[in-house]
Amino acid sequence: MINWSVILGIAKTHLVTKMKSTVTATLGVTFGIGAYITLVSFMTGLNGMLDDLVLNQTPHIHMYNEIRPSETQPISRYQEFKDAMNFVHSIKPKQNQEKIHNALPILSYLKKHPNVRGATPQLRAQIFYLSGSIELGGNLVGVDIIEEVRLSNIQDNIVEGTPEALKNNTNGILLGAGLAEKMSLSIGDRVQISTVAGDIFPLKIVGIYQSGIAEIDNVQSFANLNTVQRILGESENYVTDINIKLLNIAESEPMARSLEKQFNVKAVDINEANAQFETGSNIRNLITYAVSITLLIVAGFGIYNILNMLIYEKMKDIAILKATGFSGKDVQYIFMAQAILIGILGGFLGLLIGFGLSHLIDNTPFETDALPTITTYPVNFNGTYYFIGIAFALISTFVAGYLPSNRAKKIDPVKIIRGT
Amino acid sequence: MNLVLEAKNINKHFHKPKDFHVLKNISFGVKQGEFASIMGKSGSGKSTLLYILSTMDTDYTGELSINNQLVTGKSQRELSQIRNKNIGFVFQFHYLLSEFSVLENVMLPAKKLAEKSHAEIEKDAHRKLEMLHIGHLAHQRASRISGGEKQRVAIARALINDPTILMGDEPTGNLDSHNSENVFNIFKNLKEEQGLSLLVVTHDEDFAKRTDRIIQMEDGMIIGH
Ligand SMILES: Nc1ncnc2c1ncn2[C@@H]1O[C@H](COP(=O)(O)OP(=O)(O)OP(=O)(O)O)[C@@H](O)[C@H]1O
Ligand SMILES: [Mg+2]
Repeated sequence: MINWSVILGIAKTHLVTKMKSTVTATLGVTFGIGAYITLVSFMTGLNGMLDDLVLNQTPHIHMYNEIRPSETQPISRYQEFKDAMNFVHSIKPKQNQEKIHNALPILSYLKKHPNVRGATPQLRAQIFYLSGSIELGGNLVGVDIIEEVRLSNIQDNIVEGTPEALKNNTNGILLGAGLAEKMSLSIGDRVQISTVAGDIFPLKIVGIYQSGIAEIDNVQSFANLNTVQRILGESENYVTDINIKLLNIAESEPMARSLEKQFNVKAVDINEANAQFETGSNIRNLITYAVSITLLIVAGFGIYNILNMLIYEKMKDIAILKATGFSGKDVQYIFMAQAILIGILGGFLGLLIGFGLSHLIDNTPFETDALPTITTYPVNFNGTYYFIGIAFALISTFVAGYLPSNRAKKIDPVKIIRGT
Repeated sequence: MNLVLEAKNINKHFHKPKDFHVLKNISFGVKQGEFASIMGKSGSGKSTLLYILSTMDTDYTGELSINNQLVTGKSQRELSQIRNKNIGFVFQFHYLLSEFSVLENVMLPAKKLAEKSHAEIEKDAHRKLEMLHIGHLAHQRASRISGGEKQRVAIARALINDPTILMGDEPTGNLDSHNSENVFNIFKNLKEEQGLSLLVVTHDEDFAKRTDRIIQMEDGMIIGH
């Protein structure tokens, strides 16, 4: 039978009388857990922000026409050469329209699909921005701005002006922030654009668009879909891209495949488009865990050392306890209890410190042109990490306490009492 | 008469540094209420024998019974229970837990036994300390009392669970003649008033002569009792 109150009483007395070692060991755990919580909250917060930055800009499925060579060359259709070996040199891509064939029927099909939250048509046009004698290459995206606002975070990226202003102005343009800066233009000004064919149109700047990704902001602007169709001299069914948002994102891959088959267009799902991005997140997580686990292992060694020392100092006590009727298990539990008490105390303190530091980071101003919507460092307050933190504190102190306490259990009291 | 402790043909060897037959065919018993002492030259095996009799050392051959119950071959857990309940042990060096108070030191074995409530144990502990005239030290840290006082605290601790037998390995070895006398009288009283059985190793001839029986040891053998 194990008498816990006696065991805990002895453990407590040992901890209190060896205050210095106790504090050192506890702080080791506190430091490890605190650092883990802070790191993981900050890192995952950062990951989340970057995810949002990229993923919200990416549709769940992106449909477009890809320029590629014909899969079957005309000669292989010719029955008479069926058994012959045909050589075709210098294959060129098929003369292909960028336009999605049957875009309007596809759109109306998608809008009725049960898993589709929305589908927006886009028209990407290569254009030049004219500023005095300088021509800046770039592109102009024709969009249904109200639908885009509903389905993506484009609203966050319109740093000046409003989506409605664009909607209401058939000659309006949301100019990329980098372009506006390069050409010293601001809202209300006019900008001249020229198509690849050489036609020049003046457009009125109704807003500034800033995604935070310089490569985009330096080349891309938005206008209404029919404005761009008019500039290119194309009809109302001329659409180069369709962006789809789904209700269930997990369906994106199979749905992209079936759309490809059904409509004979290229359909890229979100996972395919962001494969490298995922890798980045994973590596950041890996680093976070590697650092945290290292800290905790160091803390664990601290506890291990201190308990080992304590057991050396307490050899006589252990012998007396055993001589007066405490079993090896009792003695082991006395030292295990000390390790676990240190783990609980240090662990909870660590959670508190981690929470405090995360809070501090969360309130630290962080302003950068690249991220217009962010004002403070992003921190992810997630209960799971606190749970993992305390579990890790307990497990590591348990392991660190087990080995020394097992030694205490096996100490032969006769040897100690004899003094050998 | 009833034997509280009985040893039959106990043999023990030390294997390191070389084989050494330290106890040879030890057979004897201690009767209920008997105050026996063990004497012998240094190195004759007295302490070794006492560690076996107190169940702390299990590396021997032969049979040991306490209260007519065979203890040889029992598990470590059972042996620690037997030590806790039936055997009180007093060492030459007082061996108290220095971080605990005198009272807590005395109470610990009873708390482990857990047959009585905390309040009862505390009352018992006070009573034992009073009996040994050190009641006023109850709340002192065990490290802050004199050697003679420590020895009496150790005796109080050995008695807390009202054991069947009290064993001592030179319990007066470190005390002056006055304190030795004191401890002897305590033992005598325990025997006479409570019928406690005692087995005490001593080098003090005067001490031994006044006990009921002297067991003489030489070279690991009992040569007279
Ligand atoms: N761990 C050990 N390994 C080997 N030999 C030992 C060990 N412990 C004791 N001995 C030997 O066993 C013999 C008996 O030792 P023991 O301590 O029992 O003697 P003792 O009669 O108690 O002596 P003293 O009166 O000095 O206390 C001694 O010769 C000692 O050297
Ligand atoms: Mg000895």
